[in-house]
Amino acid sequence: MAHDDPEPDLTALHLGQRVDQLETLLVDKGLVDRAALDAIVDVYENEVGPRNGAKVVARAWTDPAYKQRLLADGPAAIAELGFAGRQSEHLVVVENGPKVHNLIVCTLCSCYPWALLGLPPVWYKSAPYRSRAVIDPRGVLADFGTVLDEDVEIRVWDSSAEIRYLVLPERPAETAGLSEDQLADLVSRDAMIGVAKASNP
Amino acid sequence: MSEERPHDMGGMSGFGPVIAEANEPVFHDRWEQRVFAMVLAMAAWRKWTLDASRFNRESLPADMYKALSYYQIWLAALVTQMLDAKLINPQELETGQADGPPATPPLTADRVRGALSRGGPSSRDTGRKPAFAIGQKVCARRFGETLEMRLPEYARGRTGVIEQFHGNHVYPDTNAFDLGENPQPLYGVRFAATDLWWGKQADPRHSVRLDLWEDYLEPA
Repeated sequence: MAHDDPEPDLTALHLGQRVDQLETLLVDKGLVDRAALDAIVDVYENEVGPRNGAKVVARAWTDPAYKQRLLADGPAAIAELGFAGRQSEHLVVVENGPKVHNLIVCTLCSCYPWALLGLPPVWYKSAPYRSRAVIDPRGVLADFGTVLDEDVEIRVWDSSAEIRYLVLPERPAETAGLSEDQLADLVSRDAMIGVAKASNP
Repeated sequence: MSEERPHDMGGMSGFGPVIAEANEPVFHDRWEQRVFAMVLAMAAWRKWTLDASRFNRESLPADMYKALSYYQIWLAALVTQMLDAKLINPQELETGQADGPPATPPLTADRVRGALSRGGPSSRDTGRKPAFAIGQKVCARRFGETLEMRLPEYARGRTGVIEQFHGNHVYPDTNAFDLGENPQPLYGVRFAATDLWWGKQADPRHSVRLDLWEDYLEPA
């Protein structure tokens, strides 16, 4: 960075101090409410995460009418379960099947269905994933130990606008007797991005 | 990777394998939490749009974009936007000392959950009819007179098929620059891998969907 650059040196070691100083400045100026910052962090650390998406998937697995509503109108269907909001306003759910596998990416940034999955993991935002998911999806799946049959079609969804995607994974075999809660336990964040399948019980 | 569009990395090679962290925390450090929360809270001032924030993050110098971590990029763009909007001044940033009487924050703690669950839809019910029909072949524009900021390089000049009409959505290429929302038809467009890639990557079992605004497309 040039010495006369007015921007702060963000790669400096004292990033924590710098951010604290900025927060104090914004609080002192009345630009932000510190308690509001705490609440935002609390929501994404403790309230909104992949368990929301897993509940939606488990409901879709057990209630065919709900699944139809979910595939037809994602935002309305997740609202039925009390989930809605930021970065899921325009939700499209895409269904895996024996011959179709879906994979979600945002090559330009990190768009992700926050209301159902929380904030994205580092790998989802990283150059290796963003660069390769669209050109070598089978290779990316292999990085996660996921192998598809040779004849399975892969559909990659690059979230270039405000539409957010969620994968509805295939329900594992031999789960007929499980409750919705037990089924939700089989649905990982990675399965709803499409880099994994739902787990076996 | 394009020096002008360092973020536009779809289809690039050489970044290595995807490495997932086991039991990854939501945030890796306290400063990441605070930056994330400040970005959301400052957006409540409505001095800039989400499209402007993305543009600011993506127009960092390429070497900086590549060197900085995700939340460092968010921080850099936030600082630039606060300075540009004159919500803070360079001296305050340098010293950390507020200059002038305090304002009243628009987002208070009691309003956080409501605001987050309402979100901010980008669809606009303008009644504008789509020019392209489901099933129609279209061509994504090459680099043209405008940015087409949400059109990845790998799809430019490529032919795809309209698969979905998502309604009219705010147009980022004007909304990012205070030139208005100018909502226009947004389509889900399917591109066969055979029309995007070469060699073994041109796999007939593979396709890519993009959501593209009408101005990004031409009849094929």
